[in-house]
Amino acid sequence: YSSSDISDHISVTVRDALNQALDEELERDERVFLLGEEVAQYDGAYKVSRGLWKKYGDKRIIDTPITEMGFAGIAVGAAMAGLRPICEFMTFNFSMQAIDQVINSAAKTYYMSAGLQPVPIVFRGPNGASAGVAAQHSQCFAAWYGHCPGLKVVSPWSAEDAKGLLKSAIRDDNPVVFLENELMYGVPFEMSEEAQSKDFLLPIGKAKIERQGNHVTLVSHSRMVSLCLDAAAVLAKEGIECEVINMRTIRPLDAEAIETSVMKTNHLITVEGGWPQFGVGAEILARIMEGPAFNFLDAPAVRVTGVDIPMPYAKILEDNSIPQIKDIIFSVKKTLNV
Amino acid sequence: DRVLLTGVINISVPVRSVCVCLCFHVTGARVVVSARTYADFTPQATFDIKKCDLHKLEEGPPLQAVLTREEGLQYYRTMQTIRRMELKADQLYKQKIIRGFCHLYDGQEACAVGIETGINLSDHLITAYRAHGYTLTRGGTVREIMAELTGRRGGIAKGKGGSMHMYTKHFYGGNGIVGAQVPLGAGVALACKYLGNNEICVCLYGDGAANQGQIFETYNMASLWKLPCIFICENNKYGMGTSVERAAASTDYYKRGDFIPGLRLDGMDVLCVREATKFAAEHCRSGKGPILMELQTYRYHGHSMSDPGVSYRTREEIQEVRSKSDPISMLKDRMLSNNMASVEELKEIDVEVRKEIEDAAQFATTDPEPPLDDLCNHIFYNDPPMEVRGTNPWTKLKSVS
Repeated sequence: YSSSDISDHISVTVRDALNQALDEELERDERVFLLGEEVAQYDGAYKVSRGLWKKYGDKRIIDTPITEMGFAGIAVGAAMAGLRPICEFMTFNFSMQAIDQVINSAAKTYYMSAGLQPVPIVFRGPNGASAGVAAQHSQCFAAWYGHCPGLKVVSPWSAEDAKGLLKSAIRDDNPVVFLENELMYGVPFEMSEEAQSKDFLLPIGKAKIERQGNHVTLVSHSRMVSLCLDAAAVLAKEGIECEVINMRTIRPLDAEAIETSVMKTNHLITVEGGWPQFGVGAEILARIMEGPAFNFLDAPAVRVTGVDIPMPYAKILEDNSIPQIKDIIFSVKKTLNV
Repeated sequence: DRVLLTGVINISVPVRSVCVCLCFHVTGARVVVSARTYADFTPQATFDIKKCDLHKLEEGPPLQAVLTREEGLQYYRTMQTIRRMELKADQLYKQKIIRGFCHLYDGQEACAVGIETGINLSDHLITAYRAHGYTLTRGGTVREIMAELTGRRGGIAKGKGGSMHMYTKHFYGGNGIVGAQVPLGAGVALACKYLGNNEICVCLYGDGAANQGQIFETYNMASLWKLPCIFICENNKYGMGTSVERAAASTDYYKRGDFIPGLRLDGMDVLCVREATKFAAEHCRSGKGPILMELQTYRYHGHSMSDPGVSYRTREEIQEVRSKSDPISMLKDRMLSNNMASVEELKEIDVEVRKEIEDAAQFATTDPEPPLDDLCNHIFYNDPPMEVRGTNPWTKLKSVS
């Protein structure tokens, strides 16, 4: 999925893009450091931090014991005292152990102190379903963190997203929750020459239109963007042109981009891996109801989500617990009444 | 007020005599008993202080403390200011001018004052919600503390934080979630070590918080990474309404750091606290890693203003501490019996403090509340202005950094 002129494009996996972002930001600002389980000598549980410990050493790349609440709190304290920590959760499932530090110590502090105490921290790690890791290791936290004022919540899809958004997150003076996706780590993308530069930044809070279309708007984030594009390719053969929006950021949500698209296509479907109740899609639909795009809808806006159950283990069950391409195609046709 | 004065005056003469005897025994300073001019005051005296209980330490802080007249007057003034400020807060709360949670520090003044005299303002400190005293010792003014309690725009957090969320330079609050401040404090210490600035972080928690898992996680990492962190447990014997015996399998809080060396000391004696803090600060600055101090102290008020504080302890117990161990009385006695100050001089300080508190209370009750425009500000730092949804879809509010 390349964007423009392909002559200077190279193929980069999401993992390598994240690695580049980390490397560049560590080099650029001495106050930046990375801590988490296995980030240093193991090269990262998912190899995202490969090579960094060798290059930057113990001071900047810190292996922690398996004590999330403790090390997340330590990271927040370090941010309060002037450093710029990147706190890795091996998966966001484990962030629940530390969620008090993310919300009560990081997110709310600038407000409670009326502007005296900023907290420039990034919490990053894989989020959402993986493959065969079952219920306790498969939850999507986009809605949980997206709920809280004081946080920015980012969910990249492509390699370009990963690099540009992670760099922006690290340079942001506020707490950013950066939701990666394990199944995307190994996926290669074309990266433009611009995206390869050390100063390549993507703005937090701005969605991207990955594919233009006139008949229906598909809004998605992270891995589900791939499925939307695949569904769009199939539907195009039947003459249905989908506009696929890659949210890139969960909070602040780029409602304007979605509204503009809906006012053009008159149909909206959100696609996410997380559970339906009180989720990302639920928020988008509520905003569309409350905003100028409502009057442009020719059919109710609907959500395609993960099934409302804990994630099962067996492959056939797992496959049927998250949206598949056929579910998106089915929902588009229902919405368009074709 | 009246009760307090009675308590102060009520120190019995025999105690004073004993005190004088002890002091004369150890002091090498000149003592002039007859004339009462300022020139005749003892410039400094040496006092015996109680030995600390030690854990994994070969030696502890010194058994004597030198107090100069200037220091004594300063400690007295600051402790008295905290005492009066907290009592005024009690009054304002009962008048419903202060709302919500209000956790008062009266009785524990020697801890905040003693600790601050053992470190520098350039060092760092973080505590839990019983934080008004620390906000003062860390550079806040009584005015802005009281105005924060009353929720006014002149408050130290512009009225947006309240009692539990006050901040100053190198003072990270004021934290409402029990125990959460401990990893934060270790993180501040990590930053000190990382930046190589020779600063340390004092990280406080109570006897109730001392059983929190995240504190043990912090002990582990602080010790592994040799963070310059002084962990201090203010043991006031009760975690809300639960006595230490009912909450902790081991009430030797100074030993609970296990591999971290610890001291247990009298938290009602400002000199004890000072010497122990100096000792601990030196330990951290020399790169030895964290150290733990347990201060045995007492709060006269209940857990908060909603707690009368007498359902789980007796009035007799409270009165006994007031009459025998009050930190301000202890200092006052020492100074008077060593001719380091006069009764009149200390009374004059009391009058000045009272005036400062009255002025601050006046400000705190007349300053206007924050403007509604400020409602959505301070969500993000260094960000362009943004819109925040109001209570309904048509209300869009403005937020600036």
